[in-house]
Amino acid sequence: MTAPGWVQLAVLLVSIVVGTRLLGPYLAGVFSEGPGPGGRFFEPIERVVYRLLGVDPRREQRWNVYALSVLAFSLCSVLVVYVVQRLQEWLPLNPSGVSNVPAPLAFNTAVSFTTNTNWQNYSGESTMSHLTQMAALTVQNFASAAVGLAVAVALIRGLVRRKRSTIGSFWVDITRGVVRVLLPMATVAALVFAANGVVQNLSGGTSATTVEGASQWIPGGPMASQEAIKELGTNGGGFVNANSAHPFENPNGFTNLFEIFLLLLIPFALTYAYGRMVKDQRQGWVVFAAMVVLWAATAALAVTMEVHGNPELTARAIDQTVTAESPGGNAEGKEVRFGPAASGLYAASTTGTSTGAVDSMHDSYTPLGGMAPLVNMMLGEVSPGGVGAGLYGMLVFVLTAVFIAGLMVGRTPEYLGKKIQANEIKLVVVYILAVPLVVLGFTGVSMVLSGPLSSLLNTGPHGLTEMTYAFTSAGNNNGSAFAGLTGNTDWFNTTLGLAMLVGRFVLIIPVLAIAGSLVRKQTVPPSAGTFPTGTPLFTVLLVGVVVIVVGLTYFPVLALGPIVEHLSL
Amino acid sequence: MSDPIDPTVTHDEEGAPVLTHVEHPEAPVEENPLKKQKRSMVDPAIVRVAVGDSFTKLDPRRMAKNPVMFVVEVGSVLTTLVLVRDVFSSTVTTNDKVFTALVAVWLWFTVLFANFAEAMAEGRGKAQADSLRKARSDTVADVRRPGGVIDQVPSPQLQVGDECVVVAGGLIPGDGEVVEGIASVDESAITGESAPVIRESGGDRSAVTGGTRVLSDEIVVRITAKPGETFLDRMISLVEGANRQKTPNEIALNILLAGLTLIFLLAVVTLQPFAVYSGAEQKVVVLVALLVCLIPTTIGALLSAIGIAGMDRMVQRNVLAMSGRAVEAAGDVSTLLLDKTGTITLGNRQAAAFIPMPGVSEAELADAAQLSSLADETPEGRSVVVLAKERYGLRERELAGAELVAFTAQTRMSGVDLDGRRIRKGAGDALKAWVVEQGGAVPPELDVQTSAIATQGGTPLVVAENGRVLGVIQLKDVVKQGMAERFDQLRAMGIRTVMITGDNPLTAQAIAEEAGVDDFLAEARPEDKMALIKAEQEGGRLVAMTGDGTNDAPALAQADVGVAMNTGTQAAKEAGNMVDLDSNPTKLIEIVEIGKQLLITRGSLTTFSIANDVAKYFAIIPAMFVVVFPQLETLNIMKLSSPNSAILSAVVFNALIIVALIPLALRGVRFKAAGAAAVLRRNLLIYGVGGLIAPFIGIKLIDVVITALGVR
Repeated sequence: MTAPGWVQLAVLLVSIVVGTRLLGPYLAGVFSEGPGPGGRFFEPIERVVYRLLGVDPRREQRWNVYALSVLAFSLCSVLVVYVVQRLQEWLPLNPSGVSNVPAPLAFNTAVSFTTNTNWQNYSGESTMSHLTQMAALTVQNFASAAVGLAVAVALIRGLVRRKRSTIGSFWVDITRGVVRVLLPMATVAALVFAANGVVQNLSGGTSATTVEGASQWIPGGPMASQEAIKELGTNGGGFVNANSAHPFENPNGFTNLFEIFLLLLIPFALTYAYGRMVKDQRQGWVVFAAMVVLWAATAALAVTMEVHGNPELTARAIDQTVTAESPGGNAEGKEVRFGPAASGLYAASTTGTSTGAVDSMHDSYTPLGGMAPLVNMMLGEVSPGGVGAGLYGMLVFVLTAVFIAGLMVGRTPEYLGKKIQANEIKLVVVYILAVPLVVLGFTGVSMVLSGPLSSLLNTGPHGLTEMTYAFTSAGNNNGSAFAGLTGNTDWFNTTLGLAMLVGRFVLIIPVLAIAGSLVRKQTVPPSAGTFPTGTPLFTVLLVGVVVIVVGLTYFPVLALGPIVEHLSL
Repeated sequence: MSDPIDPTVTHDEEGAPVLTHVEHPEAPVEENPLKKQKRSMVDPAIVRVAVGDSFTKLDPRRMAKNPVMFVVEVGSVLTTLVLVRDVFSSTVTTNDKVFTALVAVWLWFTVLFANFAEAMAEGRGKAQADSLRKARSDTVADVRRPGGVIDQVPSPQLQVGDECVVVAGGLIPGDGEVVEGIASVDESAITGESAPVIRESGGDRSAVTGGTRVLSDEIVVRITAKPGETFLDRMISLVEGANRQKTPNEIALNILLAGLTLIFLLAVVTLQPFAVYSGAEQKVVVLVALLVCLIPTTIGALLSAIGIAGMDRMVQRNVLAMSGRAVEAAGDVSTLLLDKTGTITLGNRQAAAFIPMPGVSEAELADAAQLSSLADETPEGRSVVVLAKERYGLRERELAGAELVAFTAQTRMSGVDLDGRRIRKGAGDALKAWVVEQGGAVPPELDVQTSAIATQGGTPLVVAENGRVLGVIQLKDVVKQGMAERFDQLRAMGIRTVMITGDNPLTAQAIAEEAGVDDFLAEARPEDKMALIKAEQEGGRLVAMTGDGTNDAPALAQADVGVAMNTGTQAAKEAGNMVDLDSNPTKLIEIVEIGKQLLITRGSLTTFSIANDVAKYFAIIPAMFVVVFPQLETLNIMKLSSPNSAILSAVVFNALIIVALIPLALRGVRFKAAGAAAVLRRNLLIYGVGGLIAPFIGIKLIDVVITALGVR
């Protein structure tokens, strides 16, 4: 890596720590009882929303009502996005005159944006009208992220509150999440993007004749505004097909770094808010540290492998050194303005955060470089994961770690004074089992059916990786594409859509049920006999449990995919 | 505000007890001084029975209760069926047949070893139950009917409320209470303790147990338990584990293990399509072998043995836990309520010093004190004689012609009249009145000394002779040896000790400091104990206590761990969830340790079991696919000699590790009283890191051996 590369990395790390420290307390305040920060300004806006929704903000919900609210809200979202796509041809704001989206694709896209996945089986600029992009897709970029926030906050309440029955009001949480967190931050971020050259207009695009005389159509549209929430809400759905590799979405090194920062910001900051809300900042830092370790490890793998490039080329005495003049490394599928290091960092960050935006083509990575984003998703999106989803995912792993190792100190395992018992473990098992079930299940079936197999670009281990990547991305609600797989078929539109639904709601329901179970419990006061969860040792244990549980589940498919491919080099 | 005397009030407005905290500097924690009973692990009789049981336990209906081992059994059956098919096939090579046969055999061994572990754990309890059964010999009871008629009734036909007359040499026909008389009773059949105990009507020593023998005198026992539901019956079914219920933590752990089994089932089942795609379709035998190696068989096999052994360890210490749930709760306890008398201090106060009045020598006081106590058979009286001998070499003397004055509730003093000397000892105000009555004067020094003794937690006994106050004997509670260390250990484990006493706050404070308890509750009434337990539980803490009296029963029932003394009343024994046959209240501390050890053993073996999987993947995955992808040989970091030997080695290791860990499961992992952080660090290192490394070594060694034996 070059000196500027290291400087970028240092700036990013410092910004994340500072951002976590600054944003964390604000987030904690937003989701606490009472008016919260900026209440005088925001509350009038929120009251309008409550009146429109017809909810009483003071009325809290039990976990099952909270879960039903999440489901009802998400179902409505899917329907709206679906209907808008199916009717966009006749609706306004369709300057380029795109036609209605076919049913299977519309289903896939509606599910994809509602579940915070943003898997795109289409090319945005040529499939979606501006209305669809703004009123359907971008709205979901806000809403799905706010749902994640709400669920995480509900789980925290379950841990903090004693002998209560309610875990907050979903309608208040989602409203505050959008109004006080996502909208203001996205507005600022959109202005930063626009100021740095990201396109923002309502044009239907421009037809141009190139120097060579060929005709080219140059897309236009509200990209900066979508770019901001796409990263901030860990959504990842690009306005254009090339996503953040396209210079209109991500014009330069600064915007690239700023995007990485944005997509990491809220997931990391939530750990601080968590510490604040459970009134023990060490608990927050432990989760933060575990996330950083996993993120840094996968980023290091991706960056190292990409910077080193292809060993076959090295063997033929071809210079792949990264210098200021030459991007070097494994250059295939990467933008010259980013180079292999920044691309690898982006790849690890976008997959570690369930974002799925890409600034390079992961399919063209070296085998292990491409395995890094794959592993990141397999971890279950906890490094640091999606907005809200990362925190609740990591907390489920915390409960698993506490349960496995907690018995070793000679007490019924407890976390933050709450006993972890059969009911919680049952729900944890459902959570941990759901995603591998759809990922391995659908991949397994697809690998032996000739139809799905014909969608693959490659054969051999790389083909297996392409297929696994697609379902891993959908099942873990990441949405990044490995490329190399033609996803817009009925089979994939359906199965990937189902994988996304399971990966979202079969996880959210147990998480809320855990919150509902914990919130009723009494808190055991800490003593010298309490299993310590605020220590570096617990961080190590937590990372170990994540790696072992995931590793044991996916090691066979990784061995037959990227690992064997790497060993063949 | 009920207590105007002292600022350390013991009751607040609501009447809830207010604890007084005692600070203790941290002391180094030492190894548990109580030695653990050691018993031979391998009793040939038990092993023989256990081997047989291992096979009867193969019944799938029984196996289904343990999802992990059930999966192994199904895998064994599947492999055996494949073997039967292959044996008669001409296309399968001999080498493959041998491989399939070996995998099948070792899978069956895995199941059998698990059953053996459980049978071993049960065997020890069964042996104990058999010896108890012998004590349950039926007898004919002499039932006293109204009007004094004696009916002969066989003991199994006794009714609750029957009053039986038992004479010396007779067996007590059933559980009951002594309603008349006093007798010495041999309870060795139940407690193993040969020294007889006194049982008498009224008070807290009235409970008798069926099957014990009256050694002297005659008592009338009112039957309180139906035949078949006696203490002995319950005890037999408990040690036998006849209706053993899974405990809450065990249930939760089982769910997790079942979940892991499902995940691995998924990983293995989906591996086949990937293998087919990769052109390396796998044999069923190999997939079963991989599955069995991955699912947590080690802990799955030993889980129930660990639970049974935990109960058994309680029985070894002569504690009967009414349920496994109670044993588990003992590990979770964070507050111990300990009665001062008998638990923290020796039962009685003892003379500690002679404090003479001005003008009286200490020797003179000691002489008078000794004389007044020679005839005093109370422990306090004897301790005065002992102290006089220790300090002044005063031998016991013959009291020829002496007139003894016995203690009465009215005079509140005792003494002796000898050669014109009238010596009295007793409570301060009683003696003062006597001295004045004799025409003497009370020195002002007396009140100073008596209140000084009271302040230090002692009891002053005033000694006077013929109207002259000689001085004061200081009686003190004597704290049992080693208590401070035990409380330090408990503190290190995060367990708070609270001393309960009827003493005034000052006395209580002094003893609490000396004994090293964390808090004390002074001037405690029975309802205060109950309120304290409720307050602790309200705060999320689990409480353990011991008790023996009938007025302890509600608190014993309320406590999470209520240990009743066997000498206690029937009501107390029924209210608690454990009975200590030795009636040693200090044992509460050991009970907590056993509870913790049980949970630690489970957690450690679970961690070990899961950590083992890493090595097994490195053994099996390359072996499965190295034919199609020779480059995967790089992952064969153990350099196992062939694919078949690699898979077989993993299977064999997986089976043998169960056998290797049976002693640990039965004995429990080594437990050292320490804080959770230290315990975690230690166990994570041994069972976590050890669990990662051990199978690499074990599998490699097995591979070397079976390769030498010709498997390839």
